[in-house]
Amino acid sequence: MSTTMLPGQEAAAQSPGIGGNIRSYVARVRGGDMGALPAILGLIVLCTTFAILRPVFLSAINFANLFTQGAAISLIAMGLIFVLLLGEIDLSAGYTSGVCAAVLAVTMTSHGQPWYLSVAAAMLTGVVIGFVLGALVAKLGVPSFVVTLAAFLAFQGLLLVLVNEGNNIAIRDPTIIAIENRYVPPLLGWILYVVSVVIYAAVQIVRARRRSGRGLVADPATVIAVRVGVLALLGGFAVYALNLERSRNALLVSLKGVPIVVPIVLALLVFWTFILRRTAFGRHIYAVGGNAEAARRAGIRVDRIRVSAFVICSGMASIGGIVLASQASSVDPSTGGSDVLLFAVGAAVIGGTSLFGGKGRVLDAILGGAVVAVINNGMGLMGYSASVKYIVTGLVLLLAAGVDALSRKRAAASGLR
Amino acid sequence: MSSQPVLEIRGLDKSFGPVQILHNVALSAHAGEVTALVGDNGAGKSTLVKCIGGTYSIDAGEFLFAGSPVTVSSPREAADLGIEIVYQDLALCDNLDIVQNMFLGREKKSGLVLDEATMEQMAARTLDSLSVRTVQSIRQLVSSLSGGQRQTVAIAKAVLWNSKVVILDEPTAALGVAQTAQVLELVRRLADNGLAVILISHNMNDVFAVSDRIAALYLGRMAAQVKTADVTHSQVVELITSGRSGDLGLQNVNGVTA
Ligand SMILES: Nc1ncnc2c1ncn2[C@@H]1O[C@H](COP(=O)(O)OP(=O)(O)OP(=O)(O)O)[C@@H](O)[C@H]1O
Ligand SMILES: [Mg+2]
Repeated sequence: MSTTMLPGQEAAAQSPGIGGNIRSYVARVRGGDMGALPAILGLIVLCTTFAILRPVFLSAINFANLFTQGAAISLIAMGLIFVLLLGEIDLSAGYTSGVCAAVLAVTMTSHGQPWYLSVAAAMLTGVVIGFVLGALVAKLGVPSFVVTLAAFLAFQGLLLVLVNEGNNIAIRDPTIIAIENRYVPPLLGWILYVVSVVIYAAVQIVRARRRSGRGLVADPATVIAVRVGVLALLGGFAVYALNLERSRNALLVSLKGVPIVVPIVLALLVFWTFILRRTAFGRHIYAVGGNAEAARRAGIRVDRIRVSAFVICSGMASIGGIVLASQASSVDPSTGGSDVLLFAVGAAVIGGTSLFGGKGRVLDAILGGAVVAVINNGMGLMGYSASVKYIVTGLVLLLAAGVDALSRKRAAASGLR
Repeated sequence: MSSQPVLEIRGLDKSFGPVQILHNVALSAHAGEVTALVGDNGAGKSTLVKCIGGTYSIDAGEFLFAGSPVTVSSPREAADLGIEIVYQDLALCDNLDIVQNMFLGREKKSGLVLDEATMEQMAARTLDSLSVRTVQSIRQLVSSLSGGQRQTVAIAKAVLWNSKVVILDEPTAALGVAQTAQVLELVRRLADNGLAVILISHNMNDVFAVSDRIAALYLGRMAAQVKTADVTHSQVVELITSGRSGDLGLQNVNGVTA
């Protein structure tokens, strides 16, 4: 390898061992690349504060609520991250989820379709919406801000039309309801947990072995052990806590287990992370977000990448819409409206995805989604009204965007950009 | 060195709308040699390079690659022939690392998945073959590199693909003394490794330091292509500024070449 150093440059990037890893992480944070740090610190501070002020925040039932309340936002944020990585924005993602939820509800109730056909119809709607938005941005060259702002208005109207000017369509299908309101049996929860941790560890170890087998720098065993350990610990705690009895009267009705939506969100997290980190398509998303002209000269079809990012965004919004419908057991003109989009953008940005493009991970959606869910939930417990919640969440989004802009400046100052 | 040029261009015309920028330009590049392409601002150097690279279409002219006629109508086709261009503005992605940049758009895959290990090894080997010793880690983000290091990455990217002709558009324009020397050394090494190199530069010292031949463009016409050893500094400057120097160059500026 070409690893000889220039005089005056400290070794950090690839000195092996856990010390080197920590040092390079500290150097990155100092250089302005904070990654997940603000979200994790924020989560710790918020959770501690709410736990002290309102002990009920720590109850088993409230812990489960956090997951079901944060799921839809996180799903929509996951899709948004693809668009944000390109330096674009989709302001219509919230109402896209609403429109798709309405398609789900209408096809199931008025047309009597089975749940799977309705889900397919809802997702297809999302994909088509994404394709149209993407084509307008990429082919016609209309700024995404304008295209999706227009779509934001139009979809609000479309949603009204679909639900017949303000009706509330009840969802009765048990499968759809189950997503947010039923739970994985505790034993199955543990089995899924063990299998996931084992697979994660195996993937990490196999990759490190392969790399060192070929004489390349690999993650040291201690680093892998720490990663697997953290996952095992956090996952184990979550499964344990979600498997506690939540019902006031367990004899009448037992309420325990991981909400079904959780494994769905995690599966999508793994899937999209794989696409973004391990495939050429994902690499090209980052490239277009980093320097579209360089990507074009490298032979990447920039237009196609743009369109597919919007398709993924709206497609994930449709899944988010299905979860919203399940959560409320109904669809009405406000489904996916008001705060949903802002929360989703906020989740992505709080998690560490940059609004300037080129930087972000799918995991950010979960971390940021957790922060948003905790704020919402905690402030609800404190008895604050919706107005205060809106203001606080708006401020948090502004804060996250400010941190994003500042860290970019800092990176520029330290020569990292 | 070798008698037959790897790349030869004859009678190239190029207009933007009503304005003809290049007139009947001829240029050849030989394996193992550095050909310096010089000319005043606006002489048409970058335009000529973009025509060779397939970014611009040409109005008339012939391309001979290793003696046989070819057409280049897109950057992809130029790359397939083994012609790589390092543009003035580099075209690297700051948010990707060195390996990712070198393979951008041509990633190695095993099945669906990126084959990071192979790419890393190939990149390391290429940098080694160019005796590049200035980067700490090839997994460093490009945003953390200096101007000279970026230029190095861009050049390494160009030679990664068994390229035959590498064209560099003012690679040292933005660099300090030490880094300029590094990059020029690298340019020389490319030629010594058997590539045909075309180097655009405004700096006469650089041109005389590394080039084997000099091609001087004057107002879109090829004033002369000569061996570096056969001319002096001031002759080249004259060719650049007035299109002729003694019996070298354009004998009447309205057209016919010497
Ligand atoms: N896309 C274009 N459309 C119209 N005219 C152009 C275009 N690109 C270049 N030109 C013109 O062609 C001429 C040659 O430009 P070119 O960029 O090739 O010069 P150059 O020799 O590279 O100059 P420099 O040394 O400043 O880089 C200039 O007069 C320029 O204005
Ligand atoms: Mg130029």
